[in-house]
Amino acid sequence: MLSRLRTAGPRLASLRAPRASARSVTSTTIGGYEVFDHSYDAVVIGAGGAGLRAAAGLVGHGLKTACISKVFPTRSHTVAAQGGINGALANMTEDQWQWHAYDTVKGADWLGDQDAIQHMCRLAPEVILELESFGLPFSRTPEGKIYQRAFGGQSLKFGKGGQAYRCAAAADRTGHAILHTLYGMALKFDCLFFVEYFAMDLIMSDDGKCLGCVAMCMEDGSIHRFGAHSTIVATGGFGRAYQSCTSAHTCTGDGSAMASRAGLPMQDLEFVQFHPTGIFPAGCLLTEGCRGEGGILRNSEGEPFMARYAPTAKDLASRDVVSRAMTLEIREGRGVGPNKDHIYLHLDHLPPETLAERLPGISETAKIFAGVDVTKEPAPVLPTVHYNMGGIPTNWKTQVVKDAESTVVPGLLAAGEAGCASVHGANRLGANSLLDLVVFGRQAADTTAELVKPNSPPVVLPKNAGEASIARMDKIRHAKGAIPTADLRRELQVNMQKYAPVYRNADDLKKGKDVIMEVMKKYKDVGITDRTMVWNTDLIETLELENLINQAAQEMFAAEARQESRGAHAHENFPDRDDENWMKHTLSWLDKPYVEDAKVILKYRSVIDQPLDKEMHHVPPAKRVY
Amino acid sequence: MALSAFRRSLPRSLSRGFAAAAKPQTFAIYRYDPDTQAKPFLQDYTIDLKECGPMILDALIKIKDEVDATLTFRRSCREGICGSCAMNINGKNGLACLLYIEESSKPIEIQPLPHTYVVKDLVPDLTNFYNQYKSIEPWLKRKDTKAKDDKEYFQSREDRAKLDGMYECILCACCMTSCPSYWWNPEYYLGPAVLMQAYRWIADSRDQFTEERLAWVNDTMKLYRCHGIMNCTNCCPKGLDPAKAIVHLKEQVADTYKDGWKSMMTGEIVKNKGRESGMMYM
Repeated sequence: MLSRLRTAGPRLASLRAPRASARSVTSTTIGGYEVFDHSYDAVVIGAGGAGLRAAAGLVGHGLKTACISKVFPTRSHTVAAQGGINGALANMTEDQWQWHAYDTVKGADWLGDQDAIQHMCRLAPEVILELESFGLPFSRTPEGKIYQRAFGGQSLKFGKGGQAYRCAAAADRTGHAILHTLYGMALKFDCLFFVEYFAMDLIMSDDGKCLGCVAMCMEDGSIHRFGAHSTIVATGGFGRAYQSCTSAHTCTGDGSAMASRAGLPMQDLEFVQFHPTGIFPAGCLLTEGCRGEGGILRNSEGEPFMARYAPTAKDLASRDVVSRAMTLEIREGRGVGPNKDHIYLHLDHLPPETLAERLPGISETAKIFAGVDVTKEPAPVLPTVHYNMGGIPTNWKTQVVKDAESTVVPGLLAAGEAGCASVHGANRLGANSLLDLVVFGRQAADTTAELVKPNSPPVVLPKNAGEASIARMDKIRHAKGAIPTADLRRELQVNMQKYAPVYRNADDLKKGKDVIMEVMKKYKDVGITDRTMVWNTDLIETLELENLINQAAQEMFAAEARQESRGAHAHENFPDRDDENWMKHTLSWLDKPYVEDAKVILKYRSVIDQPLDKEMHHVPPAKRVY
Repeated sequence: MALSAFRRSLPRSLSRGFAAAAKPQTFAIYRYDPDTQAKPFLQDYTIDLKECGPMILDALIKIKDEVDATLTFRRSCREGICGSCAMNINGKNGLACLLYIEESSKPIEIQPLPHTYVVKDLVPDLTNFYNQYKSIEPWLKRKDTKAKDDKEYFQSREDRAKLDGMYECILCACCMTSCPSYWWNPEYYLGPAVLMQAYRWIADSRDQFTEERLAWVNDTMKLYRCHGIMNCTNCCPKGLDPAKAIVHLKEQVADTYKDGWKSMMTGEIVKNKGRESGMMYM
């Protein structure tokens, strides 16, 4: 029945979608390329946790929706998340969402916006139950309720009641379970996917409204312009700017760079989370849930050193605290291994049944990537780049804002790691990201439904919309420069790792700025080999490299400018938090769209320190001790 | 598994200089160019294993970065959870990121997943697989509605344990494309991964459409093309057992079969009229 139509030339992948004629796709020619125009009520760029939840929500609201993804949805990096999703379900102990919100504000080192934090923590129990109602196979308590484990930075009674157990988990494959459940939800709602379409740029009107995006179909190289009344960017982070990261190869900050090229600011890019327990040297993630189930970090002397750095929370302190502690132990000569350059994570004291039931995935990962049987020996770990707290600045409703006055950009929303609401501020608590995805993916759909009526008249795109993107893509497709993409990418990664690691200092950051400027300029000399239009991964990786450089440059400049230590930004020359001068978000721009011509501009924006309403009290700044 | 190959005391060097005693290894990789549509061929690449990570995917990336940037393959997580890099290595399906490079004087052969339409090089077209997955309706289906203050659907630990070994499937298609029955009848036979997911929802104590799901797969082509060949379980990179799930599925169909199933099925098909996919006549 599914016979394939074989034609001599490239197939039109979009027309293989059923009933394409009913979607009235029209075509034109721009810059020598055939371009297909689509119009939707809403377009979602990215099909990870946030993107899928947004797409399903939009279709649920009756809006004509397209979801564009450069990979098949279940390949998105959400699938690799392990630990769990926080929510005050109170299945293990008494619990209140206000306590969760307090923990999140403190975890963010008071750079989080308290209105967005309230929104996320208040909705957490509801979204978790919604996921479960779509079939998510949560682990269970003896009573048959959703199992919740201990996780970093989570406490009861505003920090005074001991460890909270509020991380709802599906063994140590919660991200996998969530993404596959959300994909099932999207299938149930009959969402329309454009899979393996690489989004290149946003389409903006002259008066600063977002009209949609332009994308390239990888299967046949055709270009597609998607007109939409609401565009939701949910493209994740840019961990691949670093040499060692837990991120997938696909985590290249595409949507964020698109917004940047459209003249929009990024927020708080200097705050990059180093996850304490990435396998050394492979970089694969060992969930914080290892420590949640009782795992302990030990140095070369066998000492459980976290007791010295975080007397109360110990190994379950906030991730930035643990990463710094590990880095100091290694610096002071107490690292393990022949080069004393990493730390041991011990799980061998835990009952093997616990490991089999609660941590089967990481047991397997440790065996394959470190050759270690975690029931018998410790796993070698090192702080590894894992998450970007910063991203496209939005209000709590996921609407993108473009300046310190929080002026909304009409037609553009952002959710998930790509967005910065900001719920994570200067440091994200574990298991709050999966929550962020689902809450703000849903919010993006709800906000769109408030603003856009189902079956709205098609968006009128300017005739030459996307012309610059197509010209840029064509230029890079024919690039004959001397620098292979892989070489420039390695140069970027090595230098980011060297000049902006866990501990930063003034000299390194200053040198880092110069080095990054060099990398930016070198992009014009990049050369590729593959000239085809079909599945040209050489071209795609080069476009992704520009996105990485775009984001990394803003990160380096933002980091150099912030003269304090807060959350994940640890500055050795300014070791204390400076609320008086620095309790503010960084906004960064590139002054030109393309990295080889651009300089970074920095401004600042106030933190929103008041909650949405009376159900949560404002959390005043305090010393951050675990 | 050559775990010893991983335990190296020297840090992995990033330079492309030649080490004093290089360890050359040849890879014979399937190439297909959709622009020319010329006959596919195996292209040899030789790299120094001393300057390369331990996994097959590390070798592919090194070849792409340093030798031939036109080599095309899917990859993402590199830790065996996303399922992108499924391919056929020395005749067996697996994930390139989880398979160690085993040094050999013979070239290591890397081909796309068997009996798939190849888009380019190692990239297969898996659209049929994804459509078949959608057809088994992989979401929780209930006949009642939740009251406003209802919490989660309770599920005992024993019932939850029934899902272990099935929910972990990453949809990599290694099993599907290792199955000769699926090679000969991909349009009609659902294949091991899809059948195992069908059973995952049948076995889920919270799902109330068990009978409809059983009736849906009870078909001479959809289910009964499985003849217990067992290539699926043999190659699953996550150590899952689709063959066993299919055995349970056939057992449950046989135990619960009723004559009314045929009309129940027709009812489901009618409900799905106008949808993009789902339980529909295939």
